[in-house]
Amino acid sequence: MRVLAAMSGGVDSAVAAARAVEAGHDVVGVHLALSAKPGTLRTGSRGCCTVEDAHDARRVADLLGIPFYVWDFAERFTEDVVEDFVAEYAAGRTPNPCLKCNERIKFEALLDKAVALGFDAVCTGHYARLATVDGKPELRRAADPDKDQSYVLASLTAEQLAHAMFPLGGSVKSDVRAEAAERGLAVAEKPDSYDICFIPDGDTRAFLTGKLGTRPGTLVDDQTGAVLGVHAGVHGFTVGQRHGLGIDTPAADGKPRYVLSLEPVRGTVRVGPAERLAVREILGDRPVWPSGDPLTGTVECVAQIRAHGGTTPATASLVDGRLLVHPVGELRGVAPGQAVVLYRPDPAGDVVLGSAMISATG
Amino acid sequence: MSYLDHAATTPILPEAAAALTGALSAYGNASSLHSSGRRARRAVEEARESIAAALGARPSEVIFTSGGTESDNLAVKGIYWARKAADPRRTRVLVSAVEHHAVLDAALWLAEHDGAEVTLLEVDDFGRVHEDTLRAAIAENPDDVAVVSVMWANNEVGTVNPVRELAGTCALHGIPFHTDAVQAVGVLPVDFGRSGAGALTLSGHKVGGPYGVGVLLLSRDVACTPVSHGGGQERDVRSGTLDVPAIVALATAVRVATEQRARRSTTLARLRDDLVRAVRAVVPDAVLNGDPGESEVDGGPSRLPGNAHFSFPGCEGDSLLMLLDARGIECSTGSACTAGVAQPSHVLLAMGTDAAAARGSLRFSLGHTSTDADVRALGDAIGPVVARARNAGLAGLRRGASPAEV
Repeated sequence: MRVLAAMSGGVDSAVAAARAVEAGHDVVGVHLALSAKPGTLRTGSRGCCTVEDAHDARRVADLLGIPFYVWDFAERFTEDVVEDFVAEYAAGRTPNPCLKCNERIKFEALLDKAVALGFDAVCTGHYARLATVDGKPELRRAADPDKDQSYVLASLTAEQLAHAMFPLGGSVKSDVRAEAAERGLAVAEKPDSYDICFIPDGDTRAFLTGKLGTRPGTLVDDQTGAVLGVHAGVHGFTVGQRHGLGIDTPAADGKPRYVLSLEPVRGTVRVGPAERLAVREILGDRPVWPSGDPLTGTVECVAQIRAHGGTTPATASLVDGRLLVHPVGELRGVAPGQAVVLYRPDPAGDVVLGSAMISATG
Repeated sequence: MSYLDHAATTPILPEAAAALTGALSAYGNASSLHSSGRRARRAVEEARESIAAALGARPSEVIFTSGGTESDNLAVKGIYWARKAADPRRTRVLVSAVEHHAVLDAALWLAEHDGAEVTLLEVDDFGRVHEDTLRAAIAENPDDVAVVSVMWANNEVGTVNPVRELAGTCALHGIPFHTDAVQAVGVLPVDFGRSGAGALTLSGHKVGGPYGVGVLLLSRDVACTPVSHGGGQERDVRSGTLDVPAIVALATAVRVATEQRARRSTTLARLRDDLVRAVRAVVPDAVLNGDPGESEVDGGPSRLPGNAHFSFPGCEGDSLLMLLDARGIECSTGSACTAGVAQPSHVLLAMGTDAAAARGSLRFSLGHTSTDADVRALGDAIGPVVARARNAGLAGLRRGASPAEV
């Protein structure tokens, strides 16, 4: 196969590319330049689009003996990921930019270009297991539960997954690092990236304030309607948030308060006790099925509502083109804008059944 | 393998390679006073005389540097500083909008750090600076112009500038004129004395010499403040121990390249015309950028004979480059930035090309090792490559943008 390896300059995509080469594929390495101002986003080892990272990726490609190019996706990234991220927060939702980047950049803009240029697949260093079963893609959680990224890949369509390759899905991170060292790749010891790559200092609130300015509003007690304080914009909050609310007076019952909901138009942040965070129903828009097969009937599954943690047994069904999920038991802190991903538990790796964007909870 | 990127660097000439390897095992610091030093110094001085003779300069006008970038920086900054020191009113720097970054960024650095006011001289649709543009810019206030820099021939689109005319206009006001002749030496009749320029940049590896060596021809009557200080070599303008083997090899390359210039220029122009025809035959809507090359400037062709620069509508340059690279054809998308990201070329933008067309451009540049087979290989490959790249479209661009606005 002709494989285009997306190489961030990190250890995972380096080993993924190496494995693709070793599997006998005809591999070309590409580093995506995503920053609108190359060279200004210097974050040491933490970002994903610095000049140094492009250099690291290039050196890996040298060692693998594959051609290497830097492709400029800065405009698309700015529009589809960064601006979307800002707009989602402004609308009172909590987006996942990595998911968006996979959906729109790596497996849309890049994949479309790769396929048009004659490549069969795009290979990345994501941790998720991908196989073809009965001619259809099957996406499972990674073998390494700590690194599993199936959540941020679950919004890829069957068509996208049919052209994807995740060589690390069956490995644990420590083995990947060891393999990188064995192969003599200089990135073997490079630290993992955790932060959002376009917010290198990790201060999301400051980033959003820089983009959106101050949009004052009030913090309101959900039960009494009492105004508890003022804030600089709903974009500084996410549903389920407890810290940094800026409320001086403790609750009458002394219990901690949490953000329950965000109303962007009036700028109201409603807060209340933890038990009020519990949701019994999640509604998801634009459902996507990795296998290409929509859910039929009511399905028992496990639902995950954020990238790390937040899983619960649930039942799910498709109602008028939207996904209706009922958690079994209590599920707290479900933020609109995040994805709800449904898994079918399986000892060989939970299988992704589908995914949708959380639009409402009840 | 078809190497069509001679404007980036051209293979070293066999004569220069022989001179380089021959000189590598000799030792001696050209500044030392003993016999080894004198031997090294003699080799340097002979090289200096040879280069001066080949380019219509006096030996004392030859200043050895580390290459084109250093020569450009030394000329722009050094002449600016010297002129400003002599008269503080002189803060204006006039450079063409299509200069190489070594000139452009040196000028912009002066604007940012040293109070310079930079005027970018506009170019026509071919990328050429007209004498009346320069005249008008100077006329705004002739007394405050520190230095003017206009390249002899453009590295991207190959358009040749009327250097003698431009230098003459500067001379009327006593303003030093610098020209970056990196692409011109060896293919155009470059005569420093006759050009009227006060300073001229030359790079070793572009004329078939080694990397890391170059020359600034600097007229005796143009003052230039050094950028690097030290041992006072090279008229006190450029300190640093001289790289004797590189200098010897550079002189050999300049001698051979200028001796063979007329013949090479004719051969390259014929190959280039074949290349242009071959591309147009299979991609009729390909646009040749720059001067058509059918007229004459200063007794030479109006376009670099080895240069063919196209825009391929609907294609991205990096797609084209990768597909050609996979077929063993090496070319360039234009200027590269530090991240290796292809930015729309400032040269094409200055010529009025829209950004999408600028992103879909490729430069093919021929040189002394180019053959008919190279041109045929490109002719065979370019049709399918353009079709495929067109299919891939402009993937990195904004979603909603129409081709006209991006």
